Amino acid sequence: MYIIVGGGGDIGYYVTKSLFAQGHEVLLIEKGGSRYQSLRDELGQSVVRGDACEARTMDEVGANRADVVIAVTGEDEDNMVICQMAKKRYKVARTIARLNNPKHEEIFKKAGIDTLVSPTKSILSLIESDLPSTRFVPLLTLKNAGLEVIELRVPAESDAVGKALGELKLPPACNIALIIRDQSQEFVFPAAETVFLPNDDVFALVSRESEAELRSAFGATE
Amino acid sequence: MNIVILGCGRVGALFATMMDREGHAVSIIDLNNDAFQRLPAEFGGSIFVGNGVDEDVLIRAGIQEADVFAALTNGDNRNIMAAQIAREIFHVNKVICRIYDPMREETYRELGLETFCPTQVGAQILHDAVLAQ
Repeated sequence: MYIIVGGGGDIGYYVTKSLFAQGHEVLLIEKGGSRYQSLRDELGQSVVRGDACEARTMDEVGANRADVVIAVTGEDEDNMVICQMAKKRYKVARTIARLNNPKHEEIFKKAGIDTLVSPTKSILSLIESDLPSTRFVPLLTLKNAGLEVIELRVPAESDAVGKALGELKLPPACNIALIIRDQSQEFVFPAAETVFLPNDDVFALVSRESEAELRSAFGATE
Repeated sequence: MNIVILGCGRVGALFATMMDREGHAVSIIDLNNDAFQRLPAEFGGSIFVGNGVDEDVLIRAGIQEADVFAALTNGDNRNIMAAQIAREIFHVNKVICRIYDPMREETYRELGLETFCPTQVGAQILHDAVLAQ
């Protein structure tokens, strides 16, 4: 495939190198003079000095025969324009943009960019899904009340498994609002006699001070 | 009308002043606080420091009630992105976007954005002035 990469920062550099090693025809566009020079010294002809937002540069590199355009500059507005120009002006089938600010996801999607890659979002979701058996995710903070809405997964080896809600020693400023069963995906609004099963997803309201206590009650370590 | 202007450069400041004098409710946004010095002392609109592609900044400047949004920073891509946010996310009725690069301007005009290109306009004026002699 012929792949054009816009933006020669670290991501652009490693993407270019990897795609090149996989046997693709890759062209990296970088506008900064000194950065261009050091990329050129290493990657040779695969680097072009120019602005991937400019039609002049894109004409030069033959963007109309590109299969994929990847925009990975540090500026969301540049990544958006690179991809939209590629799609509209050069009819590139597949555009991929790096999203720096996760809040820009909606407008990027509306702009018709095919694939969004958000390092910020990936890191956040990795943290949330890490150690899945002891997951404890703050969902929402009710600032004025000092409350958090949290989700936790009951580990199979937890002491809470097999016990009823009424038997557990929970902190006072806490309310178990909802349980979603792992197997059946059924939801349960728990009462005192509701028994916890392994891998239940528990949604609770808890004061910030009692968060750690709630976590240890379910054996959900951080 | 409620008018939100992004970019308090020469054009943004002058446009904001004109619309304010004609009695419209004007909000103007710029990244740089010093830019607002271009506004006259009697300017009655509101000023906001912030990044115009940040939705929270746009909301603070009142984009949800805006009838008009004009993107007039000196960055083409910033204007293009802000104008699309105004149109696609906040559904502002009239969105105008300045784009210096004629090629980019052509593409976004075809995509349905209301754009103008000072480069094109300036070159045309020069062309006509020379030929009129």
